[in-house]
Amino acid sequence: MTRQEEFVAKHKKFHRNIAFSQIGLFLFFLAFWEVSSYFGWIDSFFFCSPSIVVTCFVRMLIREELLMHLGYSLLEISISFVLIFVISFATAILLWYYLALSRILEPFLVVLNALPKSALAPLFIVWIGTGSKTIIVAGISVALFGSIISLYSGFRETDPEKILLIQTLGGDKIDVLTKVVIPASIPNIISLMKVNIGLALVGVIIGEFFAGRRGLGYLIIYGTQVFKLDMVLTSIIILCVLAMLLYKIVQSLEHLYLRSTTLVR
Amino acid sequence: MERPFLSFVNVSYAYHNLKGETQAVKDLSFQVKEGEFVAIVGPSGCGKSTILSLISGIFEPEEGEVNFKTSNRPMIGYMLQRDHLFPWRTIWSNCMLGLEVQNEKTPEKMEYAEYLLKEYNLWDVRNKKPDELSGGMRQRAALIRTLVLHPDLFLLDEPFSALDFQTRIEVSDDIASIIRDSGKSVILITHDLQEAISLADRIIVLSNRPAHVIREIPIHLTCEGKGVLAARSAPEFNDYFNVLWDDLKGKEEKV
Repeated sequence: MTRQEEFVAKHKKFHRNIAFSQIGLFLFFLAFWEVSSYFGWIDSFFFCSPSIVVTCFVRMLIREELLMHLGYSLLEISISFVLIFVISFATAILLWYYLALSRILEPFLVVLNALPKSALAPLFIVWIGTGSKTIIVAGISVALFGSIISLYSGFRETDPEKILLIQTLGGDKIDVLTKVVIPASIPNIISLMKVNIGLALVGVIIGEFFAGRRGLGYLIIYGTQVFKLDMVLTSIIILCVLAMLLYKIVQSLEHLYLRSTTLVR
Repeated sequence: MERPFLSFVNVSYAYHNLKGETQAVKDLSFQVKEGEFVAIVGPSGCGKSTILSLISGIFEPEEGEVNFKTSNRPMIGYMLQRDHLFPWRTIWSNCMLGLEVQNEKTPEKMEYAEYLLKEYNLWDVRNKKPDELSGGMRQRAALIRTLVLHPDLFLLDEPFSALDFQTRIEVSDDIASIIRDSGKSVILITHDLQEAISLADRIIVLSNRPAHVIREIPIHLTCEGKGVLAARSAPEFNDYFNVLWDDLKGKEEKV
């Protein structure tokens, strides 16, 4: 074996071991959970077990219209995510364009961002009523202000010499925005999207806790109220999978972007 | 008398902030003739970059006047210390940047860009990203980005100082000859005296801040061949160097 082959083999082995350990850890957790519930080390009414969760999942799928709930949550998360992006992008551009405006609004944005948005959810119900509209507003509110601040400060960090370059080539502020500021911010925008998709999920679930008659958040609250803890746990596990899938989607967007920029053309 | 291509007449400029004002340029007068290659040298922080901003119209003089031969400000081609090629654009589309900004992406201009890229050996790498190119190639690409706009005046703000010694000799020869071929006026700002002597027709020595002219030296080198290395072997080179060195040293010691 050459040194190079040795290196490749070692590298592959390392990554294989990592993957095996991850899967192993997960399977061990499931097995331990199942076993402790089976032998009564933990109360299966409160803590369920993997087999109970699976049965519950099938039952919910058939009898409790799980897909409908899942669909609503997904729709509300998607709408929130898109609206967060559109609103914060537009606002950040305005703030960048009008320096005075950004100075005026800065303290307000900081306060709104620091505020725990879940505290607002009950108010949203009073103002907007129950239903999807309130849930989407809750979803947006969690990420919006942080997103504006982060985008705007990204815009501001654009290399001043690159801006000077556009100016010396005869460009105006719109040229600076479209030719330098936005393209230079794309990596920042993508990593912000990764954060926002998670936050939109949090916001929507909080919204459904308070204002939903449908959705995963509703199932969790409903399950707690009627003491169907298997339903609660199953919903939470579905939520985990959903969060992971959404993150993966944004991540694959990032890969697509990176590939288009590093490859020729 | 013929109007000079560019003239500073008793120009003063100060930066203002809440702590007070900083006089960057005071009572500064000099001229640049058409087609002349002028180097401006001075101690660091003496307001050289302010002069460039005054020429390009980013700043307006507080006192005095900046005049051009033409009534309008001429088209200015900038080269900065870093090439500022955009990493998200290919070499070709970096070279198109000026045309895009000026809304002049006409077939003729693009043909000219193609000619320039071929002439300066960048045509084969036109679809590459800047980080795949060497420092010298990047500076050439940055130059083409301004050349396609047909500038009347080149402002070079220490364009070679970020390069390593060997690349620097090659690139400064390269860039200087490209610009000389165009026959346009050039203002080179540098703190490298050897670079100034070997490239310029005339050197303007500035004082410490607030900058004013303490000496203007026309440079005549008798040497065979062109280029930075040839210039350094000219018999007059050392004399010029010593005069400039004393000027700068004297000024810095007084402060």
